[in-house]
Amino acid sequence: MMRFLSWLYLAAAYLFIFLPVGVLVVFSFQDGRLPVPPLQGVSLRWYEKVLSDGDLMAALVNSLIVALISSAVALALGFLAAHALARVKLPGSVLMRVVIIAPMTVSTLIIGLGLLTFFNQIGLRPSLLATGIGHVVINLPLCFAITYAAMGDHQKNAERAARDLGASEAQVLWLVSAPMLAPALAAAFFLSVTFSWDEFIIAFLLTRFDVTLPVEIWSMLRSGLSPATNAIGSLVFLVSIGVVVLAEIFILRRRA
Amino acid sequence: MSLAARERRQGWGLIAPALLWLLAFFLIPFAVMLALSFAHMEERTVVHGFDPGNYVRIFTDWTMFKALVNSVEITLIVTVVSVVLAYPLAAIIAFRVPRRWQRLALLLAVLPFWTSYVVRSYSWLLVLGQNGVLNKALLGLGLISAPLEIAATRTATVIGFVHFFVMLLTLTIYANLIQLSPNYARAAQDLGAGRFQTFRHVILPLTLPGVVTGAFLTFVLCIGDYITPQILGGNNELTLPQLIMLQMGRGGNFPLASALSVVLMLVVTLAYAVSARWLRLDRV
Repeated sequence: MMRFLSWLYLAAAYLFIFLPVGVLVVFSFQDGRLPVPPLQGVSLRWYEKVLSDGDLMAALVNSLIVALISSAVALALGFLAAHALARVKLPGSVLMRVVIIAPMTVSTLIIGLGLLTFFNQIGLRPSLLATGIGHVVINLPLCFAITYAAMGDHQKNAERAARDLGASEAQVLWLVSAPMLAPALAAAFFLSVTFSWDEFIIAFLLTRFDVTLPVEIWSMLRSGLSPATNAIGSLVFLVSIGVVVLAEIFILRRRA
Repeated sequence: MSLAARERRQGWGLIAPALLWLLAFFLIPFAVMLALSFAHMEERTVVHGFDPGNYVRIFTDWTMFKALVNSVEITLIVTVVSVVLAYPLAAIIAFRVPRRWQRLALLLAVLPFWTSYVVRSYSWLLVLGQNGVLNKALLGLGLISAPLEIAATRTATVIGFVHFFVMLLTLTIYANLIQLSPNYARAAQDLGAGRFQTFRHVILPLTLPGVVTGAFLTFVLCIGDYITPQILGGNNELTLPQLIMLQMGRGGNFPLASALSVVLMLVVTLAYAVSARWLRLDRV
């Protein structure tokens, strides 16, 4: 009886979890003007429409650029800070850890609003650059935490050995620490890219003319339900799953 | 220069970029916002000063205070419901699903995580809307005679949130359950505990820190979210983030928006204080 109930619960949970995504994908093929039942026929015209939509594709490229660059910056800053804190005892290192982790516990809305008021005062206009700066703020703690957690004695010993053999600090970082931490660095970078790629509120507050994909999708929503939104949503989903599967194969497998 | 001094100097050099970045783009902006929350608007310009008027207004103007109450209520409901739904799911995956399928089961359980965040709320609209899949199905089965009005209500907001956080919590709770040695449960059963007693007195207390950490994360992410209530809840019943965006957009009232944000942060701090005893933020 318990066994049966368990499987029933599992099935119900999966139904709940997949229901909206399933509906999204099915009605992206709708051969009609509204993405609601009944399904009037199967057509790819909405995919054609979004793929030939210049604004949407420009937003997609913008998102990709912002995600890749801001994640690279966040990873570099987070990795260097983690390396320093793991290696030397500095006065106030607990406080510094708190400061670096702090943005994780603050709503992105508040981070975005703070940046908006600050940028207004120093005269930096809303732009992709401003958005990227904000994304570094939210991803830096993540990159720091992941790389910091991955550093162990084993690695410290290897670094010390390299230093004894005359390596400079830059050589230690580049030739010893980074390769040893490669799986953690890759995981941190990958997570940062997905968070930045999907981030809405900071991008919404800090962009104006050139926008990122979530902001562009948001403005599509304001004109009501449309299978075009389903189509772009399904495409994003497909690409994300592809990336996840690749990451699973290349990053996680290697660690296991 | 001694070796220790050189090491320390190098350490500072390595940590400085991260600290400066957060100083310039996190701490200073926050301080600017805090200062701005004590300013007020005259006509359409900001007058700086030390005026607690915005805070007084938030706690005395009913439309403002109601948004705060709505946010806290919705967040508490979402947190409790998500934990209650996610725990059994995580437990079933950890204890019933054969080991070699667990990774796949978990991956499937969080797959929709990877749809775009804005699109996820939108797709619930397709399910819950007046002509949506749910209404069409229930009408077709003859279970209801008129479409249910779920979209643009609190229920829709809660469903959208719960969907997202069940996925998140299933992950964190599963990670906790799988770490437990089966010996604890075996020992309890040897000592005569029933299934329920074993769960209540052994498994649950051992996983409590993980559950509370997940719940805290849910609370923080939920109360600060603008998209889900805006798309699914509509404008009938505003939450705090919706009110903040409204003040900034239409009103251009940055001081009031800043004060509302500070209040939002205070609520999160309060939640942290309540759950701090069990929190393990380093173990997320």
